[in-house]
Amino acid sequence: MAAPETTNYCAGKKTNYKKTSLKKMIDQLPALIIVAPLLGAFLTPIIGWRYQHLCHPWTLLILTIPLYSAVGALLKVIRSGPFGYNLGGWAPPWGIEYRIDYLSAIMLVLIAAIGLLAAVNARPAGKTEFKGKEAQLYTLFLLQITGLLGIVITGDLFNIFVFLEITSLSGYGLIAHGEEGAPMATFNYIIIGTIGASFYLLGVGYLYMATGSLNIADLATLLPALYHSKIILVGFAFFTTGVAIKMGLFPLHIWMPDAYTTAPNSVSTLIAPLMTKVAAYLLIRILFTLFAPHFALSVIPLATILGWMAMIAIIVGGVKALAQTDIKRMVAYIMVAEVGYIVMGISVMNRAGLTGAILHIINDAWMIFCLFLTIGAISYRGHGREIYHFQNLSKKMPLTMAAFVIAALSMCGIPPACGFFSKWYLIMGMITAKQWIFAATLLCSSLINAVLFFRVIEKAYLAPPESMGHGHEDHEAENIERKDAPLSMMIPIIISALAILLLGLFSGKIIDVVIQHAVPAIF
Amino acid sequence: MGEVIYSAKPLWAVLVSMVAAFLILLTGDKARNLREGWTILAALIKFGLVFSLIEPVLAGKTIEYTLINLLPGVALQFRVDAFGLLFGVVAATLWIPTSFYSIGYVRTLNEHAQSRYFFSFAMCLSAAIGVAFAGNLLTLLIFYEILTIATWPLVIHHEDESAISGGRKYLVYTLVAGCILLLAIAITYSLAGTLDFVGGGFLAGHGSPGLLIILLIMFIAGFGVKAGIMPFHEWLPSAMVAPTPVSALLHAVAVVKAGVFGCVRVILFVFGPQLLHELGVWTILAGVVAFTVVAAGLLALGQDHLKRRLAFSTINNLALIILGVSLLSKNSMTGGILHLANHAFMKITLFFCAGAIYAKTHKDHVSQLDGLGRQMPFTFAAFAIASMGLCGLPPVNGFISKWFLCLGAVETHQLVFLFVILTSALLDVAFFFPIIYNGFFKQPLPDVAGKIDEAPLIMVIPLCATALFSIIFGIFPNAFLNFFNIVRLAVTNVLGG
Repeated sequence: MAAPETTNYCAGKKTNYKKTSLKKMIDQLPALIIVAPLLGAFLTPIIGWRYQHLCHPWTLLILTIPLYSAVGALLKVIRSGPFGYNLGGWAPPWGIEYRIDYLSAIMLVLIAAIGLLAAVNARPAGKTEFKGKEAQLYTLFLLQITGLLGIVITGDLFNIFVFLEITSLSGYGLIAHGEEGAPMATFNYIIIGTIGASFYLLGVGYLYMATGSLNIADLATLLPALYHSKIILVGFAFFTTGVAIKMGLFPLHIWMPDAYTTAPNSVSTLIAPLMTKVAAYLLIRILFTLFAPHFALSVIPLATILGWMAMIAIIVGGVKALAQTDIKRMVAYIMVAEVGYIVMGISVMNRAGLTGAILHIINDAWMIFCLFLTIGAISYRGHGREIYHFQNLSKKMPLTMAAFVIAALSMCGIPPACGFFSKWYLIMGMITAKQWIFAATLLCSSLINAVLFFRVIEKAYLAPPESMGHGHEDHEAENIERKDAPLSMMIPIIISALAILLLGLFSGKIIDVVIQHAVPAIF
Repeated sequence: MGEVIYSAKPLWAVLVSMVAAFLILLTGDKARNLREGWTILAALIKFGLVFSLIEPVLAGKTIEYTLINLLPGVALQFRVDAFGLLFGVVAATLWIPTSFYSIGYVRTLNEHAQSRYFFSFAMCLSAAIGVAFAGNLLTLLIFYEILTIATWPLVIHHEDESAISGGRKYLVYTLVAGCILLLAIAITYSLAGTLDFVGGGFLAGHGSPGLLIILLIMFIAGFGVKAGIMPFHEWLPSAMVAPTPVSALLHAVAVVKAGVFGCVRVILFVFGPQLLHELGVWTILAGVVAFTVVAAGLLALGQDHLKRRLAFSTINNLALIILGVSLLSKNSMTGGILHLANHAFMKITLFFCAGAIYAKTHKDHVSQLDGLGRQMPFTFAAFAIASMGLCGLPPVNGFISKWFLCLGAVETHQLVFLFVILTSALLDVAFFFPIIYNGFFKQPLPDVAGKIDEAPLIMVIPLCATALFSIIFGIFPNAFLNFFNIVRLAVTNVLGG
């Protein structure tokens, strides 16, 4: 009788031990999110030195780690609230603290998921666009994702700058590999982007000068006493301007359309959806975590200024997009408008508006991702990006075009795609704030989007005029070869299209579980 | 409102045709019979599901199903009450004959892109049932927008110049309307904190009268676009470029009725008769709609294109429904809501006839129909029955709803509206009877066959069936589907007692 008992005891102890070690592992998850892609990036050139073809699987392998850890972190936050992680065991405010709350957790999952899918997608196009330099591609790719994740995860102002620079520099390198005009666009981007980063750094300097601290949580308690100090005001101005440049907020957007249009397709799918969103995240952090929300309302009227800038951004972005015939450039201009959406939601400073802004950060990332993926796939199959090249494309690439239509409808705010729900919250925010003009702008913008996308959909789904009347599809079907995107492009395309629908259907759930906790409690 | 049953049946009723839509797409053009099989199967299952809801609803119960929460206090929710059920039953019932008819139509004319056609059709039906069973404004809007988009491929089906421009016009009107609705619903939510339909309205006591009036205008403009209320009607005649079965089911039953349905929902279940009386706007609303009734009738007179004439008649009748409801008296509401069902049966018959004529002879203008009744007697007989019904002649079902509409107009002591209703009936006679006369009594044109030579049976049987049902429902309004009882119950739900 005794023997089984002991074995049981042993087994029990073993599982206990296992549990504690697992728990320790889970405790280190936040560090893994950054360390894995960073180390992976440094190892990529070594692998690529001999085995170029192994770089892609290696990147995928590495990128599953942050995704897994980010999901774990999100679940932990949902279960037990925000938590911190002291890097190297140094307690804040002296050491660097990784701070994961509701907002950063969901951003981490977003970045890691899109990063992984973008990496899956990068292979076919990367082979031609980065011929013989795939190791470089994937090194920079991983660095880019490291930087984006880092900005979101860290709770240290200077550390954010470091990650911002990692992101930007790897971004410059990647974009410069693009088509004709890419070097020039990159050069513009470098100049403007560096100014943005320097502004941000100056902001950090001013705050450090006044308070002697770099930890966001620490600063949030120190700053209110200094709100009327000139130093803080100047620092704040540098912060917001720097971040506005990075997110491409009108009128600081001029680098964006060129850079994202000329970027290689394997790369624009990663940078375009995420870079502006992470900068928007940073703006929310600065306005609502670093500073108290009333600072941007009562101390200086930044909220009002942002609101009007956002409105102009939405209009200008939409109108400029209307003027484009190159679809990639069109989407790049739509992004200018979408940034306006997010900033507008932030600017009204109420619960519904901010909920809408955060929801739109997530939704828009997937919509833009899906659009760039489909455009990339279309280019990869040798079709042009001009709208008239879309003639009959629905028959040549039916699945790709179906995904494109889903993303487009979401952009127009057609339910149940996710774009509808963020628009709903944004409009609720405008109504709560009694900003009727802003509400009207939002509605007009979705109509402009409808015009933009139905132009393309019409082209893609309707038969060309010359075959009208006599040309029934039986004849055409013979001429048109159906050749959809390759599998490694198709998988991300389908997942992103599904994500657009599922995010829409479950937006109530996402808000209940995550976003409503991410909005500052005072609203 | 009595007992509430929680059942997923409404959800299945919506999903069945959505699933069928994707099966249709997967099957594709290669196995046409299988593909059409999905349509028929889905139509029958959908009818069965909706039919099974009639009994509990008539027993005073409400069937509810909540899918997920969209916003705090607002869920993606189906709630089947008498009024929603009426629309649901009409749409689901008429999908069956339309399915058979469509198959005949597209095969006779050897239409292109048939898979897309049947796919969109099934999606539309899903959305229409979703609109019917929506338990709150947001759910309604979601399905309403899906309906908008799903109809577009049908409008542009021919892919020629006029189809594309018709499609663009359609999109401009409906998407703008969708935006206005979104704003209106958001304002409603911020005022009342709820969007659930309540018989007799839930907005009373929220917001200032001025804001409420603006809100009502936004709602009526938003839903009125699909309902073809003037001046938002322009898209409907242009959208007649669509294949005829599309015009039949969507531009006489599902799509435009969704607009009417939305208007009625807003008038009776969001604002409520009480509040509209207090605001004093119902006469203005009724006046606007009454203008549409007469103007559409007059415009119909001038149309030589048969389907355009029918389109204007549709605008006329849709406005009549809204007129009945906005008069806010018991009988006028009964008439208006009943006309929603009755008009569907008659108008679908007329479109079926127009389609049969076109499929057989490629004629689509009224002036080309001389003597054609001798070649296609069944089609023209059905046409005659349905148009008599629309003129309000017994024993066709149009008589009953118009009778109640007239009673209602008398009840409200606004004789001008009685005059409007009677004028519209006269106008109906003026633009329908010449067609019947030309068809049966004029000297046949040289290309008319001397013997009976109808369109294929698969088209003629559905149109005869809907004509027959128009008569049956005229004599026995409660036959089979219990329309009259459902309408009575819907009115009781609104007015109470």
